[in-house]
Parts: sequence; structure tokens; C-alpha cells
Amino acid sequence: MILCKNLTVSFGDKAVLDRFSLTIPEKGVTALSGPSGCGKTTLLRVLAGLEQPQSGTVEGVTPRQTSLLFQDDRLLPWRTVEQHLTDVLPGNRHGEVSELLALAELVGEAYAYPAALSGGMGRRLALARCLALPARLYLLDEPFAGLDLPRALRILERLRTLPASVLLVSHEPAVLTRADAVIELDGPPLKAAL
Amino acid sequence: MYTLPAPAFWLGVWQVCAFLVDRHVDGRGNELLLPYPASVWNILVCLVGTGAFWGTVLSSLGRIALGLTCGVLAGAALAVLTCASVWADRLLSPAIRVVRAAPVASFILLVLLWTGRNNVPAVISAMMVTPLVWDSLSRGIQAMDAKLLELAKVYRFSSGKTVRLIYLPSLRPHILSALTTATGLAWKSGVAAEVLCLPEPSLGQRIYYTKYYLDIPELFAWTSVTVALSLALEHLLRACLARWGKGWDR
Repeated sequence: MILCKNLTVSFGDKAVLDRFSLTIPEKGVTALSGPSGCGKTTLLRVLAGLEQPQSGTVEGVTPRQTSLLFQDDRLLPWRTVEQHLTDVLPGNRHGEVSELLALAELVGEAYAYPAALSGGMGRRLALARCLALPARLYLLDEPFAGLDLPRALRILERLRTLPASVLLVSHEPAVLTRADAVIELDGPPLKAAL
Repeated sequence: MYTLPAPAFWLGVWQVCAFLVDRHVDGRGNELLLPYPASVWNILVCLVGTGAFWGTVLSSLGRIALGLTCGVLAGAALAVLTCASVWADRLLSPAIRVVRAAPVASFILLVLLWTGRNNVPAVISAMMVTPLVWDSLSRGIQAMDAKLLELAKVYRFSSGKTVRLIYLPSLRPHILSALTTATGLAWKSGVAAEVLCLPEPSLGQRIYYTKYYLDIPELFAWTSVTVALSLALEHLLRACLARWGKGWDR
């Protein structure tokens, strides 16, 4: 189990997480849902080690055991689709490029640069790159933004088969109903606990 | 089609001006003031046919290319240093700004006293190029997209990989701009140093002798050679950088 205990994160006077606690299973997909500004992205950034909480602890996973899909794609205009994946994959696992391309439904685009991809293709490439990094916990910030629903659900089914835990942010009801666990959050600051 | 008219236009302007000067002095001594393009071309053709011409050109090219290379490397190293350390920035930035603002002639005379005259053009070119490259690359590094650096951290890129995949491609426009301007500056300052220090053989020395003998058509010819070499070197650098951005640079 991955445990977040009493996490508190404030930006100036504004508390984004206020003694927030959460339990994440070792496997399966856990979905976070709630209104904008309630701290979902901040929680993912804390787990990825990009934000330091003022108080509280994370147990069962370290930032180096996570992989984060940012809310924006952050693709490198000078790298091809394939290079985005090989840049992140460990040297001895470059053979997994084709599997990742298949998962992201980008087969045939391996040599394309990001400028030649549509918004949805770019999002899928960002997701595949995130999954290329070996991790115990995948943190996906709105992974299906800009994707059509059938494709999003196909990818979600593949995420459920990963030998790792997935914590994703989504507002899509169809995604939430298919997740293994859902955490519905009210307005700020984030206080919910599972 | 679009590149031809501009040089042709300016050649025409030159021809008309030379003609007007020729009329003004009633055909007496026009070559001392503004020679015709054809006169300069004839001198140039004669010069190109001699072995001494190529020795002169290659010597100056070698000195200035060496100065340019050293200046670019020093400027890049200083940019990294001053962006990485506040103390280095406080210590080095004022000195670099002084070098940038000081008259090049003062440095030429100082370096002439400190080193042999054959070394002055390379040292001066490097000194003029260093602040320019430092300034351009420092601005580029300071304007780096923090989101991409965060990406490198999350995906655990090594330092070398971060430089190769994030810094260098992001800095490409700054590198291109710095190299283009630095090439012109290296030639200007390098040839100026050659004129004052007269290393042998050199373009600056030949330009100095044209003043000595009032051989204005030859002055124009050597100046044309200098400009052509500067443009050729700049074009070569641009071509190399264009290959680097091939595919993704739109």
C-alpha cells in the first residue's frame, strides 16, 4: 500500500492540501476527481517529488519510483515520437518501443516530429513516454484530455493490466466508472481520505 | 531570382557614383577617390592568379577562425559559469562588460605589447567575440523553459542528457544568432588588428600597403575579399546549424 498521511501544502496564505490523507493500492487504477483548484495536480506533484509538503509523509513509494504525466504534454519539438520513448526507456529495454507505440495507438508515427501530430496524438505520446519509465506508481494528470472516449477507454483497460499502481486525474464519468477506485473531492482545500 | 537584383542594384549604384566622380574631376585621378567596379574586378582577377594571394587569404583565415573558435568556446564557458553561480556572475560580468565597451584599438596596442604581432589578430578576434557570445547565451540560459527542466528531472535525465536533449536544442536560436554576429565581428576586429600590427602575410598588411601606395582599386579588391570570406564563413556556419535543426525546425 502507498500511504499519504496528513499532507499539507500551502502557496503563500493559500492552503491547497490541508492534512490530506490517502491510501493507494499497489495495483490497479485509482481515479481522482474534483473541481479545478482543489489540489489534485499538487498532490501528484508532491508524490513525484516536485513539491515539498510543509507537513505530512508519504510511505510505500519514493519520488524515484514514480513517473508523472504532466497536465501539459511537454513534448520536445526536436525529438521524434520514437526518440521520445527511447530517451526515457532504460537502455536494455529499447525493444519495448513498439509495445508502447501500440498502447498509445501511434504505430506508423514513429518517425514523426511533434509538430506533425494532432493534439490527441501528442497527448498519447506524452502518456506513452510516461509509461516508458519503469515505476511503481504512475501519476497521470488528465491523461485522456483531448482523446475520443472509445480510445480513452481502450487505453484505460491497458493501464489496468500494468504491474504497477496508477493514480489518475479525470473528469470523464465513463473513465471514473471503470476505475478500480474513485476519490471524489469537493472544493479546496483537499481533505478527503480513502 | 530574388537574390540577384540586390547585388546588381548596388553594383549599378557604385558604377553611377564612380562615373559622377570621374566627371567631377574631369577624368583626372578618379581611381584615387572611387574606382569603377570593372577596375576592382580586374585587380581582383590578377590577385587571385598569384600564389601569394592564397597564402595571404589562408593565413588571415586561419588566425581569425582560431580567434573565433576560442572566443565562442570562452563565451560559452563564461555563460555557463555566470548562470550557474551567483558569485561567478558578480565577479565576471563587470569584467566582461568592460571588455565589451573598451575601444578595440586600445586592446590591439596592449596585446601587441604583450605578445608577438602574429598572435594579435587571433587574440583580438577572441576578445571581441567572447562578450558577444557570453551575452547571447546567458540570455538564452536564463530564458530556458523551466517546464522542460522539470521534465528532465521527472524522467531522470542525466546531466549530459539534459544538456544534449534540453539545453542545446533550446539554445539553438541564440547560438545561431551569436555565431552569425560573432563571425562578422571576428573579421572586422581581426583585420583591424592586422592593419595595425602587420603580421606576415595577412589581409590587413595588404590593406595597409594600399594606403601606403594610394592604390585604391587594390584596397577595394582586398576589402571585397575580406567581405567575401566573412560571408562564406557565416554561410558555412549557418548551413551546419541548419543541418542540426533539419526535420523539426519549422
